[in-house]
Amino acid sequence: MWSYVARRLIQSVLILLGVSLVTFVLLYVLPADPVRQIAGRSATPQVVESIRRELGLDQPFLVQYWTYLTGLVQGDMGRSYLQRADVATLIAARLPATLQLMGLAIVFELVIGLTLGIAAALYRGRAVDSVLMMTSFAAVSAPQFVVGPLLLYLFAVKLGWFPISGYGTLSHAVLPALTLAITGSGWYARMMQSSMIDVLHTDYVRTARAKGLTRRRVLLNHAVPNAILPIIAMIGIDVGIFMGGAVIVESVFGWPGIGQLAWQAIQRVDIPIIMGVTLVSAFAIVLGNLLADMIAPLIDPRIKLR
Amino acid sequence: MIQADDVGGAVAAPSSLALDRADPHPPPSADGPPVLSVRNLQVSVNTPGGLHPLVDGLSFDLHRGRTLCIAGESGSGKSITSLAIMGLLPKPAVRVTGGQILFGGRDLSALAEGQMRRIRGNRIAMIFQEPMTSLNPVMTIGTQLAEALRAHAPLTAAAARAQALAALQAVRISQPERRLRQYPHELSGGMRQRVMIAMALPLRPDVLIADEPTTALDVTVQREVLDLLRDLQRETGTAIVLITHDMGVVAEMADQVLILQNGRMVEEGLAAEIFEHPREDYTRALLAAVPRMGDGSGQTAVPQAPLVQVKDLSVRFDIHGGLLQRVVQQVHAVEHVSFDIAEGETFALVGESGCGKSTIARAMVGLVPHAGTISIAGRRVGSLDGAGRMALHRDVQMIFQDPMAALNPRMTVGQLVAEPLVIHGVGTPGERRDRVAALFERVGLDRSHLDRHPHEFSGGQRQRICIARALALSPRLIIADESVSALDVSVQARVLNLLAELKQDMGVSYLFISHDMAVVENISDRIAVMYLGQIVEMGTRAQIFGDPQHPYTQRLMAAVPVPEPGHVRPAMPRLSGEIPSPVHPLGAGPAQVRLRDVGGGHLVEA
Repeated sequence: MWSYVARRLIQSVLILLGVSLVTFVLLYVLPADPVRQIAGRSATPQVVESIRRELGLDQPFLVQYWTYLTGLVQGDMGRSYLQRADVATLIAARLPATLQLMGLAIVFELVIGLTLGIAAALYRGRAVDSVLMMTSFAAVSAPQFVVGPLLLYLFAVKLGWFPISGYGTLSHAVLPALTLAITGSGWYARMMQSSMIDVLHTDYVRTARAKGLTRRRVLLNHAVPNAILPIIAMIGIDVGIFMGGAVIVESVFGWPGIGQLAWQAIQRVDIPIIMGVTLVSAFAIVLGNLLADMIAPLIDPRIKLR
Repeated sequence: MIQADDVGGAVAAPSSLALDRADPHPPPSADGPPVLSVRNLQVSVNTPGGLHPLVDGLSFDLHRGRTLCIAGESGSGKSITSLAIMGLLPKPAVRVTGGQILFGGRDLSALAEGQMRRIRGNRIAMIFQEPMTSLNPVMTIGTQLAEALRAHAPLTAAAARAQALAALQAVRISQPERRLRQYPHELSGGMRQRVMIAMALPLRPDVLIADEPTTALDVTVQREVLDLLRDLQRETGTAIVLITHDMGVVAEMADQVLILQNGRMVEEGLAAEIFEHPREDYTRALLAAVPRMGDGSGQTAVPQAPLVQVKDLSVRFDIHGGLLQRVVQQVHAVEHVSFDIAEGETFALVGESGCGKSTIARAMVGLVPHAGTISIAGRRVGSLDGAGRMALHRDVQMIFQDPMAALNPRMTVGQLVAEPLVIHGVGTPGERRDRVAALFERVGLDRSHLDRHPHEFSGGQRQRICIARALALSPRLIIADESVSALDVSVQARVLNLLAELKQDMGVSYLFISHDMAVVENISDRIAVMYLGQIVEMGTRAQIFGDPQHPYTQRLMAAVPVPEPGHVRPAMPRLSGEIPSPVHPLGAGPAQVRLRDVGGGHLVEA
């Protein structure tokens, strides 16, 4: 088990190295010039040159990348061009907000998705099933920049159940987390429905019924734990999807997380922040997948981590 | 209980299954009213064309302590009958449309689900054919056993666990305390079926329905499970409805027999009468189709040049472990196996699950890497280039156990049979069509069905389709891996006849892999008996069946149920525990079996 985790973490270093290289290349070939952003339009060529030299942007690509990597190994993610602060500090300050959002979103996804999926499977072929499956399809297709404002309008502006924006209490987190979770809920509902239908036809569910167990017990103790297995692996992938979604959702709801940080940095070509956020996101995805793989054997004893 | 005394020395002192119940059960007897009485039962399926009866006019009475065997081929309605009694029919598509199922003065077919639930698993219990899939894979054995008890008896968790343990002891499972904490995948098929029985019996049901309980098990394990069922029945007086296609099992277990065909009762009566004086043609045909050991059928081998030469074949699978995923252990699936198959010969590999017989087949067609040499028609498997492999695959074809799984459900059977011709670029489309039609007729199918899909055929027909596909390229060797094991006896007999005919007509050789000694005796010229990846005995049919030398061969043969009621089986020592593991640390391995000739090429472990 622990040798498995160690191996996966070693692998993740290689993944991060690849991600850093690709991102660095992309930012290097980007036509936007960060120095212009810093110096402003009216700056003289001399000023522009001195800023460029100061930031080391006059160096060849490989030298720049090497300098970044050696810093990274020592825990230095660089300094923001515009915010006059260490990238590590900026990210550390905003990470908890994003993690809170993602945690709540995973809970929402599972609760909504699994409930709808189980209900649809139980009423298979009837009206309930069709309505739920249509709803889940809509949820999968709905873009977050539409869902977010819609939820805001309905539950914050019209009904006033939740604050319109801001950060602090759980009540602030509900609407953004729900927005983030809506696509995943749709996926989970559909996956759970088909998974439940398969499981309800298995021999062991028939055995459970032949034992004379109540319908409820057959469902909750025998069918659901087996049907949920394929979904566990998905949770790891979700972390990646959430990182992308966070950029939009945090902007819509004014949520002070790393998604917002990334958004601002992209607009201003603040390369160290973009690099930092990308690497942290990549690491989060690696960790999320590892976590999902570690949860799987707790539910399915046939899975052994080696 | 005419069978009860035949078991003789095989009965160990049965451990008690007793629960704390108020009334002690009287000893089994046929007197008194029947515990279960089925009257004119009709079960129908709802089709677009209206209700279509699956079972019709079925009636029987079952008394305490008696065993009724419902025998018939697939599609005869055996399983539907058992599900109807349990109230587990897939409603509303399939439901009881007529007659009564009387149990304890009530008609089960008219009971509400809530009332039926209290009877299910409590007064009427059921065990199923597939022990491998009938237990919940994510729940421990102990939890599944305790849950069955607590569904019907007001027990504390600790009491239920104690009784679960007692039940496991009663079904004579090794290390019962440990089994409680294990998951189903850690147990063998035979052990899982014991767990199923342990789940069904502690509440002392009045009726136990066993639907093909031993069909998926090895023959020696089948023997033990049948013995166990009979011992437990004698102790608890439970009436058993045993559903089976195996007339040997019927002869060993039944007091009464009911023969079903296409959902209708063909014949019903006492077991001895049915076997000795069958009144109906269908019963006679069914009995005649049963392969029997020692009836001397099958042709004698004509010695020919060897088509296949296997020398010192070993197949090992690596098990990785540790931080660097190095090989730490190996599964020794096949160890130093050597044999020849002559042109036009049927060579059989016999043994129980996990003995390596299928692995040999897979090595021969290059599906698994191997050590040692395999040469087929002069070509060495494993050292061939692309063209050589193509040629090899023209000469060697396989037929598998499950024809449904071996046929792509989205292709028509015509396309499936033509596919080998397409792959090897044989003939024009028109020629291929003619060839496929001819093959179809050769295996006894109607050429007008070529455009149908596999699901529109019966199991036996599907296996014929697989045979036609294997024949398409006129191979010289056909590897038949348990190819008739999943078929009904009469179908099995016809498929075996077909294989024998094809051998006569086309001179094809067979490597016939089976666990069924009776089938092997009927079809094979020479036989090798495998145990734990090695051949322990090899010889001609007459040598192996006339004079089995190795104790394992003897045990295999003794375990085969004989289709004669009252047949006295020789007492065999019980297998203690499980078959040893073929997994060894890297570098270590099992002791190599040395074969010694005991005369006329009959090789036995020295």
